[in-house]
Amino acid sequence: MADIEEKVRKIICEQLDVPEEDVVPAATFVDDLGADSLDQVELIMAMEEEFDLSIPDEDAETIATVQNAIDYVKKALGE
Amino acid sequence: MKRRVVVTGLGMVTPLGIGVQNNWEAVRAGRSGIGPITKFDTSDFPSQIAGEVTDFKSEDFMDKQQVRRFDIFVHYAVASARMAMEDSRLKIDSTNCHRVGCVMGSGLGGLNMLEYYHKVLLEKGPQRISPFFIPGMIANMAPGQIAIEFGAKGPNLSVETACAASNHAVGESFRLIREGIADAMFTGGSEAVVTPLALGGFCAMRALSTRNDEPERASRPFDLDRDGFVMGEGAGILILEEMEHALERGAHIYAEVIGYGMSADAYHITAPEPDGEGAISCMSMAIRDAGMKPEEIDYINAHGTATKLNDLSENRAIKDVFGEYAYKLAISSTKSMTGHLLGGAGGVEAIYTVLAIKHGLIPPTINYDTPDPECDLDYVPNVAREAKVRVAMSNSFGFGGTNASLIFKAFES
Repeated sequence: MADIEEKVRKIICEQLDVPEEDVVPAATFVDDLGADSLDQVELIMAMEEEFDLSIPDEDAETIATVQNAIDYVKKALGE
Repeated sequence: MKRRVVVTGLGMVTPLGIGVQNNWEAVRAGRSGIGPITKFDTSDFPSQIAGEVTDFKSEDFMDKQQVRRFDIFVHYAVASARMAMEDSRLKIDSTNCHRVGCVMGSGLGGLNMLEYYHKVLLEKGPQRISPFFIPGMIANMAPGQIAIEFGAKGPNLSVETACAASNHAVGESFRLIREGIADAMFTGGSEAVVTPLALGGFCAMRALSTRNDEPERASRPFDLDRDGFVMGEGAGILILEEMEHALERGAHIYAEVIGYGMSADAYHITAPEPDGEGAISCMSMAIRDAGMKPEEIDYINAHGTATKLNDLSENRAIKDVFGEYAYKLAISSTKSMTGHLLGGAGGVEAIYTVLAIKHGLIPPTINYDTPDPECDLDYVPNVAREAKVRVAMSNSFGFGGTNASLIFKAFES
């Protein structure tokens, strides 16, 4: 579980090129971490690739914060 | 009263180095930027050499976040634009941003990214294509991103006339300022297509030199033993400005742009018209546009690709336009040192032409060992030549038979 959280945070850091200390659970991708619409798409794709998931657009729309991302992956992997 | 257009900033990234100073030092020394291709395995290719940009770090010129969004040709363009901006000390703000534009040339745009994502599509499917693929590779993303980086809200255009692209871009920028539509323009071009597809394509045409064992001696324009061009990559950007605008802000001025000519061979998709008809037409048009006589030209930076056909037809065209005076002209091809930057050639070569005027030094045609009896003009063989250059011309001729000539003059207010 800590492993998933760590991996998700790492993906966010790399994709959005933001420092680790900014990637806090409540941080929003757009307002806090400076992601634009294309960044958001690529972020979802990176998560799909890392965890071998398929994340439909309706679900992707609900992933707005770091915590949303962590929770989604955990749920999808049945943790 | 025609508005006058001057050059106030220069920036470049080429196989001769990063920045104008490094480039000019290499030109002065007659150094070659050609070597074996290092970007991919070339064992299956007949031609295995190119002019590659080395020691370039995109992060030195762009935000790290931006780097992965764009094909490398955009990185070269933005880096060159940044250097040109710093050189010109032009300030762009709300008072003038709509009067500053960008016209750039490129032959193929983001071919590296195209090849990469095509592979992704075939191996992993469409869902793995990055949303940045399309914007990152379209040819007009070079002027697009330059406008974004510097707030240039004036005309924004991309020209894709193959090997003439950035020469046309400079010409169009010149016209936009002269016609009062803009006061300053970022212009020139960028190309980065040393890729398996492009190398393979040019090899298939038998257009490239195969002198793989002696890369530095492979690009030999006008030489009897020339066997084709050598690919190069990089970018060259000039900042053009309306003269009064430049003088008012105390800008330093490299040279004046005074003429621009364009034509089509209307002959063949790749081979030049043998008597150089298209080249004759566009050089003559540029001279007329400049209000000059042919005998007033001191130096021509030739298209000079080192193919059998181009060098011959360009030679014939020069003789036709200049008559007996052709034998008094200094002509050189800097492609002998940089290789052929394709859509970026015009921009980079405009810079060398402007520097020749500014510094009174004519770039050499290196690797000139054996004169070709059919190309018997003065090609400034091997050694850069100190000479007063008051007026100089730069030629670029592209596949499809599209031609462009620019004329620059030492600035006299």
